[in-house]
Parts: sequence; structure tokens; C-alpha cells
Amino acid sequence: MIRAENITKSFAGRKVLNNISATFEPGQTNLIIGKSGSGKTVFLKCIVGLLEIDEGNIWYGDTLFSKLDFTGKKEIRKEMGMLFQGSALFDSMTVEENVRFPLDIFTGMSDEEKLERVNFCLERVNIINSNTLFPAELSGGMKKRVAIARAIALKPRYLFCDEPNSGLDPKTSIVIDELIKEITVELNMTTIVNTHDMNSVMENGEKIIFIEEGEKCWEGCKTEILRSDCKILNDFVFANSLAKQLKASSLEE
Amino acid sequence: MLPGIIAKFDKTIDLMFRFLSGFGAYWLLLGKVFARPEKHSIYYRQTMKELISLGLRSIGITVIISFFMGAVITLQTAYNTENPIYPTYLIGLGCRDSIILEFSSTIVALILAGKVGSNIASEIGTMRVTEQIDALELMGVNSASYLIMPKVIATLVFNPFLTLISIVVGIMGGWIAGTSAGVITTQDFVYGIQYAFIPYYITYSLIKTLFFAFIITTVSAYQGYYVEGGSLEVGRASTKAVVYSSVTILLFNVILTQLLLS
Repeated sequence: MIRAENITKSFAGRKVLNNISATFEPGQTNLIIGKSGSGKTVFLKCIVGLLEIDEGNIWYGDTLFSKLDFTGKKEIRKEMGMLFQGSALFDSMTVEENVRFPLDIFTGMSDEEKLERVNFCLERVNIINSNTLFPAELSGGMKKRVAIARAIALKPRYLFCDEPNSGLDPKTSIVIDELIKEITVELNMTTIVNTHDMNSVMENGEKIIFIEEGEKCWEGCKTEILRSDCKILNDFVFANSLAKQLKASSLEE
Repeated sequence: MLPGIIAKFDKTIDLMFRFLSGFGAYWLLLGKVFARPEKHSIYYRQTMKELISLGLRSIGITVIISFFMGAVITLQTAYNTENPIYPTYLIGLGCRDSIILEFSSTIVALILAGKVGSNIASEIGTMRVTEQIDALELMGVNSASYLIMPKVIATLVFNPFLTLISIVVGIMGGWIAGTSAGVITTQDFVYGIQYAFIPYYITYSLIKTLFFAFIITTVSAYQGYYVEGGSLEVGRASTKAVVYSSVTILLFNVILTQLLLS
């Protein structure tokens, strides 16, 4: 379980996150939604420790992560996997080397064991016979899947995904969403996904946090979101006419 | 008038502040770079890769430039000392000393600042803007150390060899150009390059090379590591890397020359 308490973060005097608290349970996909520039990515980067918070606490289980030093954080980071918005695969490494990298750094596995684990992770995300390709040779969807394979190589307890659907077609987006959901259940991970893709919200939103201008405006699940009377949330979720019709029919039922 | 002076003063203070904060950030980065490596085998593998990328792949340009510079130095010396009072072997001596003392260490370092420096800044800068450095940090890897230390070691190990190659090829270039143009005989040239030879000059050249290798790698890596923005900023960082490392090399050339030859 991950717990964020009263997180505040400013850049050059401008408050980007204002007193946000949230709890993320294991075994489920937790979503952080909000408009572009609302502070989702900053919040996620604060949770994983890539950005230092100004105020508040971040707990991983019983450990107060935000107060740990580099060495202390490193222990918890071994249990983290992250899918970045642009995949963040290492350009100079092949697909196989990318997935093997965390194993090289953190395990004492033999080369055969590492290869076995790499192939298992790649097969799990449906990347087959692409071990020797470089990231530049992969499509956007393949890059995301390789990044997921790299993120789960160490069997993490926590998975973070920053806009996993950005730049993908709707069908590939669904594949990635399903993959994240399946892996979360399989490994009983605490998964946090940043998204503004409403398909993802309706598919994976077991717990949803809505952020607007650096503040948490709403919290609930995908069934509650349809019936919410939070105006800012409704303006965001039901932005197009099709979604408005869906909301109307949902309320009629 | 007074507001103008105040504005200029503010600008100067701002520039000084930016310089000092940049200088501090550079040393803090070096502190991170030389932290204890996570896993020696990974760093060893990275260092080998960098030896090829930054070292072996610089041999070509070093050889070409050294050959032609050696040739030009010899011809220039010959045409500027065309006087019966001067013995012709002095052309060989002049070629040797120019190459060993300045050309093979300083000029080659300036050229490498362009080739290697821009390569390092753009590589690390691209990794920064595409979140690859964040990915390393998230895995608990000291990204500064993992990315920069192998480059520093690779250039410190390989650049002295580049200097030695440059010395040999430069002198060869001078000999070929001098004899081909008929300004000096092989016998005089060989006598000239052996005449009053001071072995310490080689040591001096290699010491300078080590300092310059360190400057090129760390200054360029610093520019790349702290890039913010997109591809435009990466390009700017790459240019800054070349300019700042070149200026620093020239500054240290003066300091080291005074310290080592006085």
C-alpha cells in the first residue's frame, strides 16, 4: 500500500500540488486523472521520489519513504517499476539489454537465468523474436510493452505508469490497459496510472483520483464517476457530446 | 542615467550569481559522479563501450588533423626561416617542439572538445529530455555516476594514446611534406627531431592531455545532465559544451604551462 499525506510541491514559488492526500491499495489499478498541466505527473514523480516534496509524507507500507536518504530509497526502488510517458527505453541498448538492465544491476543471477527471465517478461507482454532490435526500430505500442517488461523484470510490488496510452491508437491503448490490469492482479502490485484517457478510466478505474490545478477534487471508482455531481469532474470526463449522452442515459437508469 | 547604471549592475550581479551557482552545481555533480559504483561489472562494461565510442573512434580525426598540421608546421617553419644563417635541421626541431608542446595536447584537445564534447552533451541531454535518466534514478541507479564516470575513465585512459599517436603522425606529416616540397632532406629532418630533445616535454604534453580529457568530459556531461526542455535545448547544451570546454582548456593551458615549464 502507498499512502500520500498532504503533499505540497512548488516550482519557483508557484504551487503545483496543494495538500494532496491519497491511499493506493495493492492488487488494484489506481488512476490519477486530470487535465494536461493539472499536476498529475508531478504528483506521480513525487510519489516515486523523482521530485522532492516541499511538505507532507509518502509511505510505502510502514516505511516513511519521503524521509529516507538515497541508500534507503534504493531498497524500496528495487520494488518499483515504472512505465514512462515516452517509454524511456535506453536507446543504446537492445530490447533484451533494456529488460535485462535491472537484473544486471540488482541481482546476482547467472546469464542463463537472466535470459530466461527476460524472455519470460517479453513473452508476457507479447514481444517475441525482437530481442536484438533497438528501441528506434520499434513501434510506439511495442516500446510501451517493452517498457512494461522492463518494469516487471524484478517482480516489483509497485508499478507506476505515466500516461501509458499517450500516442497510441485506441486498439493498442486497450491492449496496454488490459496488460497493466492483468499484471497488477498477477503480481498483486500496487499500480498507479496517470491518465486522461477516458477508455482507461472506464476500463481500469478501480480507484480514481481527480486532480484539478494541483488539488484533489474528487475520489471514487469508475461506477461512481458516472453519477458524480462534481461539476469540474463532469466537465472533464464528459467533455464530448457522446460522453454527455452516456452520462444522461446512466442517470436515467 | 542612474537607472541605466543600476540595470547594468543588476545584470552583472545576475551573471555572477548564475556563474557561481553553475560552478557549484558542477562540483556537486562531480561529487555524485565519483560516488562508489553500484556494480563494478556494469561500470567495467560501460567503460569498455566508452573506450570504443570516445577513444577508438577519435583516432581517425586525430590522425588526419595531426598529419596535415605537422605538414603545415614544417612548411611554415621552412618558409619563415629561409636564411643561410639558420641550419635547415631547425625545421625538424621546430616541427617536433611545436607538435609535442602545443599541437598534440592543446589543439587536439580543442578538436576533441568539438567531437567528443558535443557527443557527450547531446547523448546525456537526450537521455534527460526523454526521461531515460529518470528511469535510471527510479531503478535506484546513481545516474550521474553510471553515465559520466565511464566516460571520464575512458578519456583519461585513451586520450594520452591519442596524444602519442598525434605526435608520431604529426612528425611524419612534417617529414613527408618537408621532403616532398624539397625544403629539407630526410637526414636534416631526422637530425632536427633528435637535436636537443627534452623527454620531459612528452610528460608535460601527457599531463596536459589528462587535464584536458577531464575538462572535456566533465564540462560536456554537466551541460547535458542539466538540460531542461526539448531537442532545441539539447542542441544548445551541445554548443555550450564545446564552447565552455574549449575556453576552459585554453585557460588551463596557460596555467599548466606556467606551472609545468617555469
